[in-house]
Amino acid sequence: MRMQARTETDLINDDIGETKRLELYKTQLVIRDAEQRAHDLFLQNLVKGTSHLSLGQEGVAAGFACAMKHGDLSFCTYRGHAHTLARGVPVEKVLGELMGRDNGLMRGKGGSMHLTSELHGVMGSYAIIGAHLPIACGAAWRAQYKGQKDVSVCFFGDGTTNIGAFHEALNFAVIWNLPVVFVCENNLYMEYTPISDVTAVQNPAGDRASAYGLPKIVIDGNDADVVYREALKAYDRARSGGGPSLIECLTYRHSGHSRADPAKYRPEGELERWKQRDPIKIYRERLAQFGISEKAISDIDAHVKREVDEATEKCKAAPPTSLDILTTDVYADGGYAWRN
Amino acid sequence: MAELSYRDAVIRGISQEMERDQDVVFLGEDVAKAGGVFKATVGLYDKFGPLRVRDTPISEQAILGAAMGAAMTGLKPIAEIMFSDFIAVCFDYIANEFPKSRYMTNGQTKCPLVVRTGNGAGSRFGAQHSQSVENWCMMIPGLKVVAPSSPRDVIGLLAASVRDPDPVIFLEHKSLYSIKGEVPDGEIVDTLGTAKILRPGKDATILALAMMVPRALASAEKLATEHGIECEVIDVRSLVPLDTQTILGSVARTNRLFTVEENPRLCGWGAEIVSIVADEAFYDLDGPPVRITTPHCPLPASDLLEDAMLPNVDRIVDRIRRTMGA
Ligand SMILES: Cc1ncc(C[n+]2csc(CCOP(=O)(O)OP(=O)(O)O)c2C)c(N)n1
Ligand SMILES: [Mg+2]
Repeated sequence: MRMQARTETDLINDDIGETKRLELYKTQLVIRDAEQRAHDLFLQNLVKGTSHLSLGQEGVAAGFACAMKHGDLSFCTYRGHAHTLARGVPVEKVLGELMGRDNGLMRGKGGSMHLTSELHGVMGSYAIIGAHLPIACGAAWRAQYKGQKDVSVCFFGDGTTNIGAFHEALNFAVIWNLPVVFVCENNLYMEYTPISDVTAVQNPAGDRASAYGLPKIVIDGNDADVVYREALKAYDRARSGGGPSLIECLTYRHSGHSRADPAKYRPEGELERWKQRDPIKIYRERLAQFGISEKAISDIDAHVKREVDEATEKCKAAPPTSLDILTTDVYADGGYAWRN
Repeated sequence: MAELSYRDAVIRGISQEMERDQDVVFLGEDVAKAGGVFKATVGLYDKFGPLRVRDTPISEQAILGAAMGAAMTGLKPIAEIMFSDFIAVCFDYIANEFPKSRYMTNGQTKCPLVVRTGNGAGSRFGAQHSQSVENWCMMIPGLKVVAPSSPRDVIGLLAASVRDPDPVIFLEHKSLYSIKGEVPDGEIVDTLGTAKILRPGKDATILALAMMVPRALASAEKLATEHGIECEVIDVRSLVPLDTQTILGSVARTNRLFTVEENPRLCGWGAEIVSIVADEAFYDLDGPPVRITTPHCPLPASDLLEDAMLPNVDRIVDRIRRTMGA
């Protein structure tokens, strides 16, 4: 897909602007580089357990996160590294958690599927499909009840639209007019099965919207500008009492479902076609069209690479997670006592 | 002091906490305008208004999920699940979400909420509206599980549950809603994890919960007057945290242990307590601990069958009398 160079008036009327564009680019790149690093570390047997990468889906994470305000809340799935990093959680904390080190975000107690940093508004990564949609409703209810202006943003996959909690949450959010934004990342597959094989409608989220009185919104998830603009609209709607939104973002994961998946079920050529529409490739071209210099872009590239390298070294040097925390924080008193 | 029903005690308990703290909110099916299917929330909607007392759709996952999201971010929700049997359709929140979030996040996430639910048999509702599900909840690290047997305890333990920083499953017994009891005036706040000795006795300890408490008391009376066996009756009240010390102390005095459980036999709370007593007080015992439970069966609907399934005074008395050789 070729892009036209922007005209003088395009640049003047640009609603996004250079600073935000650089932020969108950098955010996508941090996710890309950190996740590629996570994959490399897995091959070196330094990351145990499972991990679900968002390689190829960075545009969605960056677009929604860069449109948020401080205090807005993200609710993620087990495929949550991207959304966690997009909120500014340091790469070291994320890689440390994946590597089971003491410097990890949860010191090894949660692992890849449960990244949480309340400090950054990342209110958890949930590994039971659909569970966090109602939870995001609850956070939004609190904002509404207390007159607070934050928005709860809930990310999930196409496969999640077929579980009951999705439908319960949508109806609930609409009847209570909650400031929540539901973001479906339609990467065309659940684990290994194409979503179209098991879904009654073509757009798993978009075509369900009307059942809840919501408009059908289906966007290009690989263009961070498109995502960013749609996110701003949804957040404004939520903050101004306009209620929830459901946004389906079309995208594609470059790697398998989880680290164990070679993704052999994909038809030939599909991955290559989507790589033509790699969100980072699209965004580099976008930056160039808006007159941002090669130098500025390569400076960011180098900066991000350095950040990920340094984080990796710190994690390799960090001690393993401590046995002292084995039984802490089961209950609010800090321990696990259930009897006297 | 006033006489209050168990049902009205629920209303007073919720009221007391909502008056005290603006962050306490209440949601559930038919709970607001209609006052609840058991009429245990009548008047709360009028008193606290539509923002704090909210009717929900028939969406148990949304009810518990919303309660959790609100609790994580600063409210103290009370969520009602109409019948405890329905916990099965939203068990993800009970088993995976409420109790694990604090641990998984290394202490970042809090979850101060209460799930109130109508538990237990006696209403002739059959297998899907009559179960005692305390053992479904008790086995999960991170939860607290409470089941009051009297109006006074309903208020005090509900207040303690609302004020507790952990998620609490609060099991109200459907067949106790109409019982009455003396309740002191003013604020009542109890302590979770404290069992209560309701009747002292030197010959045997009987542990009971919820609707089994009045049956245990009636059995103890009969055993004393008809067979000369003096039983100490303990209302366990809170399964997690569990007041092991009160139980062990009683067994040390009586040297005999009986549990009376409404739940089906396998993995009932009595099994856990018996294992604790076997571990820690084996040489206090003069004989094997005995569990009197509902058999490993679903509950039937007809009054005749349901009554025959549950532990009742005759069965309790008979079992204890025979075990004690009287
Ligand atoms: C309730 C539940 N069922 C099944 C699974 C196993 N599972 C994990 S991820 C996944 C696929 C989810 O697909 P989708 O919602 O499209 O998200 P994606 O992985 O593509 O991001 C499944 C079936 C689960 N974690 N939870
Ligand atoms: Mg998918």
